[in-house]
Amino acid sequence: MHAVQMKGIVKRFADLVASDHVDLELEKGEIHALLGENGAGKTTLMRILYGLYSADEGQVFVNEEPVVIRSPKDAIQNGIGMVTQHFTLVPTLTVAENIVLGESGSITLNLREVEKKVAEASERFGIPVNPQSLVKHLSVGERQRVEILKALYHDAKVLILDEPTAVLVPQEVEVLFEALVRLQKEGLSVIFISHHLNEVMQICNRVTVLRDGKLAGTVKVADTNLKELANMMVGRENFGVTRQGVRERGKLELRIESINAVDKKGLPALRDVSLEVHQGEILGLAGVSGNGQAELSAVLCGTQKITSGKIFAGDVDLSHADTNDVCDACVGRIPEDRHANMVGELSVAENLILDQMNKFVKNGIMDKERIQKNAVELIKQFNIKANPNDRVRTLSGGNMQKVMLARTLSQNPRIVIASQPTRGLDVGATDYVRTTLLEQRDRGAAVLLLSEDLEEIMALSDRIAVIYSGRIMGILSAQEATAEKLGLMMAGSPA
Amino acid sequence: MKKFRIERAPAPGWMRTLIPIIAIPVTFIITSIVIMLDGANPFTAYYHFLIAPLATKSSAIEVLVKSTPLLLTGAAVAFAFKGGYWNIGAEGQLYAGAIAATFVGTTLVNVPPILGIPAMIIGGFAGGLLWALPSALLKVKLGVDEVVTTLLMNSIVLNVTSYLLNGPWRNPVSMWPQSPEIDPGTVFPQLLPRTRLHFGIIVALAVILISWFVINRTSFGLKMRAIGLSKEGARFAGIKVDKTMLTVALVSGGIAGLAGAGEVAGIHFHLIDAISDGLGYSGIIIATLGGLHPFGVSLAALFIGLIDTGAQTVSRAMGLPIYLGDVVQSTLLLVTLGLFVLQNFRFRRVE
Amino acid sequence: MEIGLFIVGLIAATLRVATPLIYGTLGELFSERSGVLNLGIEGTMFLGAFAGFAVAAKTGSLWLGLLGAIVAGVLAGLLMSLLSVRLGVNQHVSGLGITLLATGISLYLFRVIFGESNVPPAIEPFPMLQILPESNVLAPITNQYLLTYIGILIIPLVWWIIGKTRFGLKIRAVGENPEAADAAGLNVYALRTYALMIAGGLMAVGGAFLTLAQLGSFTFGIVAGRGWVCIALIIFANWQSVNVLWGALIFGGVQALQLRLQTLGFKLPYELFLSLPYVVTIIALTIAGRNASAPSALLKAYRRE
Repeated sequence: MHAVQMKGIVKRFADLVASDHVDLELEKGEIHALLGENGAGKTTLMRILYGLYSADEGQVFVNEEPVVIRSPKDAIQNGIGMVTQHFTLVPTLTVAENIVLGESGSITLNLREVEKKVAEASERFGIPVNPQSLVKHLSVGERQRVEILKALYHDAKVLILDEPTAVLVPQEVEVLFEALVRLQKEGLSVIFISHHLNEVMQICNRVTVLRDGKLAGTVKVADTNLKELANMMVGRENFGVTRQGVRERGKLELRIESINAVDKKGLPALRDVSLEVHQGEILGLAGVSGNGQAELSAVLCGTQKITSGKIFAGDVDLSHADTNDVCDACVGRIPEDRHANMVGELSVAENLILDQMNKFVKNGIMDKERIQKNAVELIKQFNIKANPNDRVRTLSGGNMQKVMLARTLSQNPRIVIASQPTRGLDVGATDYVRTTLLEQRDRGAAVLLLSEDLEEIMALSDRIAVIYSGRIMGILSAQEATAEKLGLMMAGSPA
Repeated sequence: MKKFRIERAPAPGWMRTLIPIIAIPVTFIITSIVIMLDGANPFTAYYHFLIAPLATKSSAIEVLVKSTPLLLTGAAVAFAFKGGYWNIGAEGQLYAGAIAATFVGTTLVNVPPILGIPAMIIGGFAGGLLWALPSALLKVKLGVDEVVTTLLMNSIVLNVTSYLLNGPWRNPVSMWPQSPEIDPGTVFPQLLPRTRLHFGIIVALAVILISWFVINRTSFGLKMRAIGLSKEGARFAGIKVDKTMLTVALVSGGIAGLAGAGEVAGIHFHLIDAISDGLGYSGIIIATLGGLHPFGVSLAALFIGLIDTGAQTVSRAMGLPIYLGDVVQSTLLLVTLGLFVLQNFRFRRVE
Repeated sequence: MEIGLFIVGLIAATLRVATPLIYGTLGELFSERSGVLNLGIEGTMFLGAFAGFAVAAKTGSLWLGLLGAIVAGVLAGLLMSLLSVRLGVNQHVSGLGITLLATGISLYLFRVIFGESNVPPAIEPFPMLQILPESNVLAPITNQYLLTYIGILIIPLVWWIIGKTRFGLKIRAVGENPEAADAAGLNVYALRTYALMIAGGLMAVGGAFLTLAQLGSFTFGIVAGRGWVCIALIIFANWQSVNVLWGALIFGGVQALQLRLQTLGFKLPYELFLSLPYVVTIIALTIAGRNASAPSALLKAYRRE
């Protein structure tokens, strides 16, 4: 019996075909992986199943009956639950309030009773949560548990998990997998979205692979291997860009001394963080999302102030720097959120000069010719698929990132701060960014790479530091670092 | 079965300019209902609204007169909105400019126009700027929402005006709540004989041209546009958001103040309570209709000036309440806003 | 004795003056808790004042007038919802547009219905409740309009709805994180629309109080910026219904005080006193603004692909 079938699904966003006649079949009681690179269409397909998007063509069946799912409410009524990467919990409400949010029923809300029911469900499904905690006080792993319990509480027979391990340390991943296998025995069917081949091989029964919005194939895990899956995913066996060889380290360029900083709520986010990056090296900072990377990135980019400590770029003291001080000090910044940190409605040409307007201005008046010329040159140099006067908002993620790279790197910075530089990019763009970072390192820049993608860190870095709960747990050279050692540090055990 | 689906897609640039033009007939269809409530014929009403005022030279000139302060308040609001500062206080800044101009005009005695007129312009600008200062500082330093503070400042300045007119500035001769006349050397000269068209319109057009130049050709303009479109993106690029926004807010206040100065120096020659009956709020309508672009704002200001004049014509000719003008203007605003959003939706055929 | 009478009179007046502010602020509270900043409040109160008066004058029934005001307010709320929620128009401009439209239509229809006369039409307003006999010293304080008492009682009702009912929970979710609410199966558009309809009704009652109870007639300056004050009072109350009463009483008190101080012959000019409440509001905003905990989704339109 098929729990879910999706046949011939097509979804377009303006001119982009995100899903191109995709088929998916989920058997009852199986854990089915949905595999593909960033941008392959996995999340789009599942959002259609959950009613957050509407398909342009195709049909969906639940328990072999055709259904129409127009909203998450419909999906929930059909026994489908979804746990996403961006948690859909309301931070200012409690766990119990969040779980009961979608319910209709009595006018008054008896919170005591609801909390009791949630506690019972938590016991029954073996997923520990505290019904009375405010969600904003929970850790990422705890929030994920609440999301899963929420789905099960509403009688989900099909659970969609979108990249669930992206926010977990290796040890928490084991806990999650153990729970999934247990629930599978009780009859739960799971769709497991991932781009991590190892996990897929470990826990899933069958795999559906998507590539560029199309179905690349569906196989049984028992019948395949890593190489074959990789091939289906990217169309080639070996993929990815890696650092070649060991380089001679240059002199110290970026010095971060015992800095402290707080997060948006005023709680400590960086505790006595000290790092050193030399010319001609890539220092990778590994860590699970939410342990201080965002704050470190903000501090180094000049959008947040530190509460104590010192930061030096060469001889320049950037401890109390503003964004333009940081720019003046030749620090190149590739921020986490390229959408928020560029002005989408301005043109490519305008964005390219936005942080160095003084060089393109005479007596306060802009030199349009030079600005255009600059844009044309950089577009060529960085292979950006856009015209100088296109609004940046209309560019693909990869091209937007290239604009950011072009702006930053064309100024030949001595230091490069790259935060999650390949997040959300397709294969081609990801390779390009990684190659560019290596080029900068070979050029002699000091590169600090903050990434939640452990594979990426290990592939590019000369040395690797790990951050956990705002502290640096240890720094290993590329030769010494293994996934296991790093995983332990990422979970809080010092090196 | 063929179905249609509505989906989002960015609209081509040329559509933006069409929107206000499409909005006009749509508005008139909607307001026809209101007109018919008074038992009147909508077509006759629209004739009086749009055609009649332009039929004679003198009334066409009057449209220009009515548009003069609107050009300035529209430009003031558009400048602020473009820079991401929600200046809802143009009405109050206009009054403050009028007060300052009256002060200048009544203090200077026997001054030659070559000094008097610039003095009025500077005074008006300064008055509007100063009145915009508290809200601007509160926003930049403390993050207090400028929408609320500028609105409250509007209410305050109305009371200040009333105080001045009933107290220290009460005309000693007539005991009427109006200030003494301003010195003849500070009066804005009449541009065409037997009309009320005055130098203020030259000032307004100059302001429009200058603001176009600043916004589109200078680095300051790029900075303020960046801030208006994405504060975070601008800050990341090293733009000093606070300083820029403060400047934008103050300049916007100053331009609105010029509108007040114009009304005092060109129309009334003294200060009265009703120097503006919503010119500042009309400025918001005009800025939106004009898509925040100085040239669009000019056209919108002329159009609203036409409607204002037309409302009087309609009122005289058909006995419809003059407030019909307000109804038409605000409906036009809402329709335009709605259309601006709807332009981003497409119909797509689905099997 | 003089002081005593002064204070009694002051408290009595404070309650009266605070009434429209209570209704207006509670209405805006619903709107903002659901994530919509509703600058249409000034126009909605004006519309409520007009509609209430017009219906009451034409039908002879004050309660029908009140009903008419509520209907008008709900319609205004629906329009705001269509623009800001359904279409996602910028909330600042759409709200102001509605204020201008509601004001314009009210003035227009007033002229159409009542014509232009030198003597403004008047109706017999709601009487004050006689709880204590006139001779009692405290009588002025207790003998308020029924609408005033209702308004004060609505505050705990709103607190209960927002904090203790399923509907209130959904409204709060929609105002804090509409994506999460959507994913949980809630209809974000519908919930915000309901909130705006309730808001419009409450605001309109606040306006109707002025014509149907306090004045008994409709003048052009009847609302005079009270709507904007309500916007500020929400910030002052930190978006909690419980605090609405204090804000309204303080503002009402300052306004009542300035009226009394004039009759006592204080030399300061009358108009500057009129400004005092607005200045106090700005100061209060400055202080409160630092610790504001606005609903996180306030001012952001929500759209699903």
